[in-house]
Amino acid sequence: MSEHLLPDAELLFATLKERMAPAIAYDARLVGVYSGGAWLADRLAAELDGEHPVGYIDVSFYRDDLATSGLKATVRSTQIPFSVQDAHIVLVDDVLFTGRSIRAAVNTLFDYGRPASVQLAVLVDRGGRELPIAADYVGAPLIVARELMLALDRHDDGTFVLTTEPWKAR
Amino acid sequence: MKIAIRNGRLIDPASGSDRQVDVFIAAGRIVAIGEAPSGWHGNRDIDASGCIVAPGLVDLAVHVKRGTLATEMAAAAAGGVTSMVCSPDTDPVLDEPGLVDMLRWRAQSFHGARLHPLGALTKELAGEQLAELSKLSLAGCIAFSQADKPIVDHQVLLRAMQYATTFGFAVWLRPEETHLAKGGVAHEGEMATRLGLAGIPSSAEIIALATHLELARVTGTRLHVCRVSTADAVEMLREAKRRGIRVSADVAVHQLHLTDVDIGHFDTQCRLTPPLRSARDRDALRAGVLDGTIDAIVSDHTPRPDGSKQLPFAEAAPGASGLETLLSLTLRFADAVGVDPAQALAWITQRPAGVANLSAGRIALDAPADLCVFDATAYRIVNRAGLRSAGKNSPFLGYELPGVVRATVAGGHIAYELAA
Amino acid sequence: MLARKNLQLNEHGDLHHLLAIEGLPRRIIERILDTAESFVGINEREVKVVPLLRGKSIFNIFFENSTRTRTTFEIAAKRLSADVVNLDVARSSTSKGETILDTIANLTAMHADMFVVRHSESGAPYLIAQHAAPHVHVVNAGDGRHEHPTQGLLDMFTIRHYKKDFTRLTVAIVGDVLHSRVARSQIHALTTLGVPELRVIGPRTLLPLDAERLGVRVFDSLDEGLKGVDVVTMLRLQNERMSGALLPSASEYFARYGLTPQRLALAKPDAIVLHPGPMNRGVEIDSAVADGAQSVILPQVTFGIAVRMAVMAILAGATR
Repeated sequence: MSEHLLPDAELLFATLKERMAPAIAYDARLVGVYSGGAWLADRLAAELDGEHPVGYIDVSFYRDDLATSGLKATVRSTQIPFSVQDAHIVLVDDVLFTGRSIRAAVNTLFDYGRPASVQLAVLVDRGGRELPIAADYVGAPLIVARELMLALDRHDDGTFVLTTEPWKAR
Repeated sequence: MKIAIRNGRLIDPASGSDRQVDVFIAAGRIVAIGEAPSGWHGNRDIDASGCIVAPGLVDLAVHVKRGTLATEMAAAAAGGVTSMVCSPDTDPVLDEPGLVDMLRWRAQSFHGARLHPLGALTKELAGEQLAELSKLSLAGCIAFSQADKPIVDHQVLLRAMQYATTFGFAVWLRPEETHLAKGGVAHEGEMATRLGLAGIPSSAEIIALATHLELARVTGTRLHVCRVSTADAVEMLREAKRRGIRVSADVAVHQLHLTDVDIGHFDTQCRLTPPLRSARDRDALRAGVLDGTIDAIVSDHTPRPDGSKQLPFAEAAPGASGLETLLSLTLRFADAVGVDPAQALAWITQRPAGVANLSAGRIALDAPADLCVFDATAYRIVNRAGLRSAGKNSPFLGYELPGVVRATVAGGHIAYELAA
Repeated sequence: MLARKNLQLNEHGDLHHLLAIEGLPRRIIERILDTAESFVGINEREVKVVPLLRGKSIFNIFFENSTRTRTTFEIAAKRLSADVVNLDVARSSTSKGETILDTIANLTAMHADMFVVRHSESGAPYLIAQHAAPHVHVVNAGDGRHEHPTQGLLDMFTIRHYKKDFTRLTVAIVGDVLHSRVARSQIHALTTLGVPELRVIGPRTLLPLDAERLGVRVFDSLDEGLKGVDVVTMLRLQNERMSGALLPSASEYFARYGLTPQRLALAKPDAIVLHPGPMNRGVEIDSAVADGAQSVILPQVTFGIAVRMAVMAILAGATR
């Protein structure tokens, strides 16, 4: 919708990458949360130094809002092609808001093993937390009206863009 | 009781009369049509403005169970039915004169419709030993039947027909070959296949009918074929009548409207005996009524408690409550096939009376005062609360149907009157 | 009147009950299969449980005994973290005068969220769905000879897994189609998913008279019917039908309709063989086929859990 009012996602991505580069473990595994977080994890793995295997999580089966929102129409398979046990994991998501998706993602992760550590990297932190969750790496904080859903989109050439739209009424 | 029915349109299929005229009733009989008898002082005036005044309906197929006679008599009155032929499959079966006496005596106490029992053709309807047909006839049975329990042994059937014919008794049979119908709950066809319901093939009816017609021919039996449901059976009846076999037939009114497709998602209101059949069968049944092959339209009134319908389809009790929808469904049928109500009324008055050899079903001087006053242009929605029958089971629940009965006069009594 | 509306879908067009494949839109079948893909991965993990249906109560109500089917539903429900209660009603309480609807009312009073129902009479799950509280979901786990929709869906999942594209397949269903709820569900699923050629093969005593009206080609000969097929489903022949007026004997049936390696060779070389189980080896299927390379009978069982998880998850997320 009003893309031009939102910050340039590519700049935020550069900032996020800059902040992660010196801080994350050389062999940290990146686990992206579908769908925006998965794209970010792919780009980060490609552009950060070191060996960063990538996994993907769909949190649909771990959500706490099934009764009100139902099961998402298209659930993707969680794919974690490495051992989570004793690994250093960085969860990657596009937007940190209430914290509920991250709670679901952490729970998902633990059903695959007991990691040595879990950190959180997000492109945008829009505040509004409902759980005691904070990100370790943030591209930028951003204030967005509660009525709007903020999400990452990806152009055909692979570049990122932020979009807003009203929450889907069910 | 002296009753005047004023300003109505009198339709009497028996005499062919259709005119605006008043009817006067006294001592259970029609005493004048047109001008009031001299010195008339009526007890009651029924205003029939805008209504049809017709003979009380004659329903050849009513099932009554012990304990429900009061509600079913009320249902008959509300449906405009003043003569009903009841099936012998009561509990106990009508195979003893004492039971027939008792049933008739109890029915008379309601001052409603005249109840004409069919006697059991064989003891307990078991199809083995003949019932005492002569004694049953003296007790008031108008004919003899096996209800829904066919005689499997054709030798027994042959002898039953021979014996009945000795005394001139008519035999009423519903044609169904037991083994072909065994276990079936729906018309054998695409619908039953889709729903995974065991089918009753059309051949079950056709084979039994062929047997019945042949035995009736050789014995000279006056045969009435009950509840015809298939196209081929209609054609066989047409041919039999053409050949001069003494046969009459009736059809349940729901068969003229519904098909097996109406079962939908296992609607047990459509669990009926015989089953609802295909659209081709329904069309043939309609044609059979129109050309006179089928003599009468009946309700096949079978009240069932709710519990017996709130079961999986095959386990649900078959049958529908029908006394209170017979008139409306006949009018709707008439409308669908483009027939005038005056002609349609014959199928539920004069013609069935003829089949059962009853003096009812006509409006004439000195005839029994059995009349039905109804508004053919008014509509009503069939619903549970509106049904007086103990059986709230009808495939037509929720349907909006034409024809509202305003008053029913049975034997000179006002058996039913719609509250103004 | 109630019985005439589509009970399965709510006003949003979402699945509210799963009663039959017939009448299910293609998008819903595909959504169930897609969701099941995600559950396949979960069933391969060490921790095979997700918290999706935590706090939900699922009642397996089996008016007809089937330990096998009940177990698959039980596992599926437990892997979704639901509380599962098994009731083997198996006619005992209904014969004591308690009706199906009494049973359902009692269970609803216990705050059930979902009923998984098996019954020997066609249509019983419809009766339950019509009378269940609005928030309760009903899953048909097999009703009489009507449908067995979750079996049909797991068969579709299996076929898709091996064959990908339904619109290029020739599929044969062999055996007692007349009495088979599995066959009905498969036929409706396969036609909805666009299979261009669907065959049923069997003696005429075991095929419905109007089989063609369901959109299938009827073959009397197994050899003829198997030619060029991609998928073969062998139906179970019930013991009580093996001798009598339907069939003279099990061995004569096997001689004409048993799937042997020689006969399977008439199908395409990469044809797969399905069976809903439990198998009668030597009656409808030769052991060499059942245990052979083209058999996908065990994967069917594995996928069955994922498909039932998908159905339960989607239903539990539907609101009325």
